[in-house]
Amino acid sequence: MNPRTTPTLSGWGRLPAPGVEKLSEDLERLTRGAALTRGLGRSYGDSSLPAKADDLVACSRMADRILGFDPETGVLRAEAGFSLVELNRLFMPRGWFSPVTPGTKFVTLGGMVASDVHGKNHHVEGCFGAHVRSLRMRLADDSIVDCGPEQEPELFDATVGGMGLTGHILEVEFSLARIPSRWIHMESERMPSIDEFLAGLGRAAPAFPMTMGWIDCLHRGRSMGRGILMAGRWAEASEAGELAPRAAHPLTMPVDLPNLAINDLTVAAFNALYYWKHLRRRATTLVAPDPFFYPLDAILEWNRVYGPRGFTQYQCVIPRQAGAPAVREFMDLLTKLGGASPLCVIKDCGPEGRGMLSFPLEGTSIAVDMAVSPQIQSIVDRLNEFVIAAGGRIYLTKDRFTRPEHYRAMEPRLERFLAAREKYDPHRKLRSGQSVRLLGDVA
Amino acid sequence: MKAVILGGTTGIGRAIARRLAERGDSVFLLAREVDDLTRSAEDLTARHPKREPVGHALCDLERPEGFAAALDAADAALGGFDAVIVTAGLFATQDALEADIEFTRRLVTVNYANTVVFCEHARKRLLTRGGGRLAVFSSVAGDRGRKPVAIYGSSKAGLSVYLEALDHKFHAQGLSVLCVKPGFVKTGMTAGLKPPPFAGDPEQVARDVVRAMDRRRPMLYTPGMWALVMLVIRWLPRFVMRKINF
Ligand SMILES: Cc1cc2nc3c(=O)[nH]c(=O)nc-3n(C[C@H](O)[C@H](O)[C@H](O)COP(=O)(O)OP(=O)(O)OC[C@H]3O[C@@H](n4cnc5c(N)ncnc54)[C@H](O)[C@@H]3O)c2cc1C
Ligand SMILES: NC(=O)c1ccc[n+]([C@@H]2O[C@H](COP(=O)([O-])OP(=O)(O)OC[C@H]3O[C@@H](n4cnc5c(N)ncnc54)[C@H](OP(=O)(O)O)[C@@H]3O)[C@@H](O)[C@H]2O)c1
Repeated sequence: MNPRTTPTLSGWGRLPAPGVEKLSEDLERLTRGAALTRGLGRSYGDSSLPAKADDLVACSRMADRILGFDPETGVLRAEAGFSLVELNRLFMPRGWFSPVTPGTKFVTLGGMVASDVHGKNHHVEGCFGAHVRSLRMRLADDSIVDCGPEQEPELFDATVGGMGLTGHILEVEFSLARIPSRWIHMESERMPSIDEFLAGLGRAAPAFPMTMGWIDCLHRGRSMGRGILMAGRWAEASEAGELAPRAAHPLTMPVDLPNLAINDLTVAAFNALYYWKHLRRRATTLVAPDPFFYPLDAILEWNRVYGPRGFTQYQCVIPRQAGAPAVREFMDLLTKLGGASPLCVIKDCGPEGRGMLSFPLEGTSIAVDMAVSPQIQSIVDRLNEFVIAAGGRIYLTKDRFTRPEHYRAMEPRLERFLAAREKYDPHRKLRSGQSVRLLGDVA
Repeated sequence: MKAVILGGTTGIGRAIARRLAERGDSVFLLAREVDDLTRSAEDLTARHPKREPVGHALCDLERPEGFAAALDAADAALGGFDAVIVTAGLFATQDALEADIEFTRRLVTVNYANTVVFCEHARKRLLTRGGGRLAVFSSVAGDRGRKPVAIYGSSKAGLSVYLEALDHKFHAQGLSVLCVKPGFVKTGMTAGLKPPPFAGDPEQVARDVVRAMDRRRPMLYTPGMWALVMLVIRWLPRFVMRKINF
């Protein structure tokens, strides 16, 4: 076959795999016999990619109807392809917001459940799955079942964070959160080093329901881990006034930038700018939700800045028990290994949720984008070895390069998940590029 | 507007129904499957904070005997509609149609004969109440006989001519007829096909259609670029059309 004409699918990291997705409003019909369902493809790695070119991949994008909303309780039921963009557009003006939101709004409800996404409020609200009341699913044997925290709890717990490997999510019912206004009260503070950063995150956590930070991961030595800590809460109606935030009109990255665009120099310049833009050490502002939650959504298809070679994100969590020294050592290793990016995000996570493979655990999460280079595999290996030793784990929805033995070593919960899979999909009909790579599924 | 939408549960029809419902217009859905209708009605109801439940009734373009009852139900629910939108229609590639003569019969019947019959019911009702709006989906495929859309295109060509004549005939009586000619739009109908340049999204097309209805326009190419594309194609000489596969 001519590689130029072979159709491919890719995740947000733009590393393609041969395959096609099928689209229809009728997700129930579409998922019959399908190997995988995907949403808006915002996962970075191979979790939304087919194991084999001719596997049937259902795309939920067109299955996007709201199936019920109770304005008294805020309980919303919708088809799995309903997106966070639409949720925000329709419900924010009415005083409701998703209980948990990732750093992009271009995700589907199905994807939010399958990755059990977390947000800036993880230390208070947990993951998205903690707010889900019920799921309707098509299982591998083509039957359709409902599950939830009390109904079929094993299926539910395996599905929340289960990366689509337990069944196709057709409908999601969850509770929205009330918001007092459409503005965020944000406090940002410049942090000169990683130790102060961790202390700052610790101080902010009890005071603010939302915290996170940007780290400049090029600086070494004493200012290693310097960056900006952001903490926020929804502004009270009295603080926010009557004005509604202006609707955001995103720009689109028109072309692929050449492979060299993101090299150490451009990254260093970007980071320095970001750091010094905050001239004052501390600032308090009222910001709109879009720039606060989704700064990167301002440029659609920003992933094209990495050029045709593609990129990946490395995200791990270092447990609290390992302490601040482990985080410092991790940052040290990261900066030593190179592969830097302007995007290094640090966040304090709260306790682990009930999803069997859900990512967060009590500790510090660090996420960094990396261009795909010949060194990428060895960089990921080195980082993974560190994370295993520290008792941490990686986030599957970002991963493309972790080795199966490393994954097994960092995931003591895997046995339970595999047992659930054995029960609900004994023939491994449901599979993805990621499940072949990490769990040994046959392609 | 108090609008009846035939085909409003999927694709461009879904996007139009949402746009109208969100800005506070009343809508009533017609489609051929109950479960599909209930779910879409719920979706529309939830999209506006102060909305009465959106109504719906069964209507199948292959069963013209049910058209009057469906429009009666819409009339009763809306207290007399003043707009009718038809997006329902069938599509298949030329190869598929050439291989299936029975489907060819169904497609030309649905897209042309029965759509005309449905429009006749609708426009008579609108005229008795002093006019209103009728917006019906034809296609750029009806603008010129072309190899890849010989059969589908001909069904839409017939529809375009009918709609143009309705506009000529009843404009003075307050009936605004809009013939919509979409180019390639990314919906379930075209999901298996490779999108050409200038492919549109249902939301973008819905915005254009609602604006054209508001302004009582008789014809709309959407996305707009297709007006130019079709201008060129309509002028290509026959010997060129015989050669190219477009
Ligand atoms: C800029 C950016 C910022 C991000 N920030 C965060 C963040 O702060 N926190 C966080 O947790 N994540 C974050 N993410 C990751 C993102 O939230 C997840 O990858 C999410 O799952 C993507 O949703 P999607 O609809 O695009 O799913 P896809 O990427 O299409 O699929 C992701 C996984 O979900 C499965 N899946 C999708 N739909 C279904 C379904 N209906 N049934 C069964 N399985 C399904 C797929 O099989 C796949 O395994 C970010 C991503 C980007 C690009
Ligand atoms: N998409 C394009 O590129 C394109 C281009 C030019 C013109 N158009 C025209 O635009 C209109 C809308 O198409 P779309 O793209 O939105 O596709 P779509 O989502 O497939 O919409 C077609 C609709 O027609 C309905 N339908 C089919 N047969 C019917 C019948 N016998 N009775 C009642 N309803 C019936 C379908 O209902 P079911 O769900 O029950 O099947 C569906 O809701 C069509 O008239 C199409 O010809 C589309």
